[in-house]
Amino acid sequence: MEDKKRTILICRGTGCESAKSPQIQAALEEKVQGLNVEVKFTGCHGMCQQGPIVVVEPEDIFYAHVKLRDVPKIVESHIKNDEVVERLVYEDPTTKEKIPTYHDIPFYKRQKRLVLRNCGQIDPENIDDALARDSYAGLGEALKMEPVEIVAEVKKSGLRGRGGGGFPTGLKWEFTQKAAGDVKYVLCNADEGDPGAFMDRSVLEGDPHAVLEGMIIAGFAISAKQGYIYCRAEYPLAIKRLQIAIEQAREHGYLGKDILGSGFDFDIEIFHGAGAFVCGEETALITSIEGNRGMPRNRPPYPANEGLYGKPTLLNNVKTYANIPLIITNGSGWFADIGTENSKGTAVFALTGKIANSGLIEVPMGVTLREIIYDIGGGILDSKEFKAVQTGGPSGGCLPESFLDTPVDYDSLIEAGSMMGSGGMVVMDEDTCMVDVARYFLDFTEKESCGKCVPCRIGTKQMLTILEDIVEGRGKPGDIDRLEELAHGIKIGSLCGLGQTAPNPVLTTIRYFRDEYEAHIYDNACPAKQCKEFISYHIVDSCIGCGLCRRNCPVDAITGEQKELHHIDQELCIQCGECYEVCPPKVFSIEIHTGEKSTEPEPVLQVVTG
Amino acid sequence: MDKALETIFSQFEGKREEIIPILQKVQEEYTYLPEHLMEEIADFTHVPGSDIYGVATFYAQFRFTPTGDKIVSVCRGTACHVRGAPAIYEEITDQLGLEGEGTTEDQKYTVETVACVGCCALAPVITINEEVHGDLTKKKVRKLLKKEGRKNGR
Repeated sequence: MEDKKRTILICRGTGCESAKSPQIQAALEEKVQGLNVEVKFTGCHGMCQQGPIVVVEPEDIFYAHVKLRDVPKIVESHIKNDEVVERLVYEDPTTKEKIPTYHDIPFYKRQKRLVLRNCGQIDPENIDDALARDSYAGLGEALKMEPVEIVAEVKKSGLRGRGGGGFPTGLKWEFTQKAAGDVKYVLCNADEGDPGAFMDRSVLEGDPHAVLEGMIIAGFAISAKQGYIYCRAEYPLAIKRLQIAIEQAREHGYLGKDILGSGFDFDIEIFHGAGAFVCGEETALITSIEGNRGMPRNRPPYPANEGLYGKPTLLNNVKTYANIPLIITNGSGWFADIGTENSKGTAVFALTGKIANSGLIEVPMGVTLREIIYDIGGGILDSKEFKAVQTGGPSGGCLPESFLDTPVDYDSLIEAGSMMGSGGMVVMDEDTCMVDVARYFLDFTEKESCGKCVPCRIGTKQMLTILEDIVEGRGKPGDIDRLEELAHGIKIGSLCGLGQTAPNPVLTTIRYFRDEYEAHIYDNACPAKQCKEFISYHIVDSCIGCGLCRRNCPVDAITGEQKELHHIDQELCIQCGECYEVCPPKVFSIEIHTGEKSTEPEPVLQVVTG
Repeated sequence: MDKALETIFSQFEGKREEIIPILQKVQEEYTYLPEHLMEEIADFTHVPGSDIYGVATFYAQFRFTPTGDKIVSVCRGTACHVRGAPAIYEEITDQLGLEGEGTTEDQKYTVETVACVGCCALAPVITINEEVHGDLTKKKVRKLLKKEGRKNGR
């Protein structure tokens, strides 16, 4: 079978690169010299946990966890002798079943990849690869249309902003198109600051041309000549690939003067964000590009009328732009057929946390959380119990099991007390303390609050203090009420989305996991056994006296003779969990107890008079 | 004027909107923003020094003290948090003999936390300079730091 032309695709997203995929690519290139094989690299496949990922086409074989030393085997066995390397094919983490072909993997089977259509398929640093998969075809068509027709198409498609808020994209385009002014700007929000989210990064790294194409079409529709991509500096690879894509698009006449002979001029520059979460808010982002502290301002005027340098400005998220070429090529009707009544198209999520298949997924709007977590995500890691799913990052909320059948769309998630957000979805299991999660998010928003509005600046600080008190054993009756009162004040008294939504993680955890708050405050217990203040470690009878825990204890709190039952001195123990971690899984003789610490009786104050 | 600073300024026109890119270039060159250069940036952009300082302090990226040879960034994103980032952070600071974020006395390491590296599927994650290390445990951290040429085991 020497003649069959094969292509070997090596993933070089940030995840796979961290696991040495560039070296694997180099080794493969060397090994296949003289064979009818093309080796190329692609952006993210979305299953970073399985990385480095190597795909062999046309057989569609998916190799996971490939190491440098596996390269000779792949070449000898698969390429030269047509024998798939069984050992390296993907193994389902839940069923342990070996699934060799890419498109049979359940993780991908249930997805509908539109925005991610080219991620993992094309070499993002080679425009010819993108062109072979119809990149810039939408631009060609758009340039033949009237700008008003383009806006009408986007409106009819029902596309809503993928940054999280869900504002109808077509309306935004119409406002900016109609705004008076000769100079207008197109901005792309790639300041993906939500902790636990990497959708935009993967799109920029895997298919930068889709974003550029969407922006150029937008520029033509609103008559702008200049676009900026505001990308966070923490994404060096995304910035590098965008830069290459911009240069290649210029060389091919998709950017610059007289694009494709249409007489339309447009160019794009990258602005490196400097690390401020609040700059994801549109007015803050704009003022940041202008060279200021990135603080939001009052709206109206909206950016559509007065944006960058006071000019009409269209600002959309990375994924919103990536949808545009598809809408132009396939028509608004095609797009509007996907999804639900009020949420059209697909949703891209970064599915992470305590889940078997972590990764980047794309599903039609309207599928349920259960389908995402169990059918695509493969359920909870290590057969633990599901506890909550967090969407919307620091602006969203945690939903319990009873909400698993909630359809994923803008409105249903808001109704449940969370929000779509830009696409982070973090799964939590029985070992996750919900009060600690609330504290975690407040710690984040408190640090990221820009300080302009007093309720946000001081309110988040107060909420954080109360939450810290609760997880550290100083919770008081009335704390939950105080949290709710502060949350209300911050929500109504803040100017921008950061403050208005900052209390959401606290409010949803109180709403759905009130018992955990109460356990911390009244029973000195952390039901998830996570908060150090409330737990103690104990060695039980199954101990074989191997001494591992004793040798690893940093404070020498563990005593015991070799091959005899060991003991932890509770006075010395600092609850670091080292013993729990090193105890051999087969022995499993360390237990964590909670709710056992007796509370010190409150000192009684006596007022003596007379 | 500093030669390196001169080269940086030559790439700009001295406009207000160039402040952040200038600060980024300066930090790239010097690893931090030295105080005496702030005045020069102010003169160059015709903006009061207090404004330059205001912008610089607003963004997490900018530092005002020199860093060590290697920058260890511990991700504190949500996925990392629920998969044990706090313990990883503790282990790193312990191993390097630091109380929290900061630079070791021998100027070899600077430890900082970052909001999210965007490698959530590999949580918990740290980066050493720009290299990403994922799926960490305390044990792997010890091995990694040992490999990085630092031995501070118990």
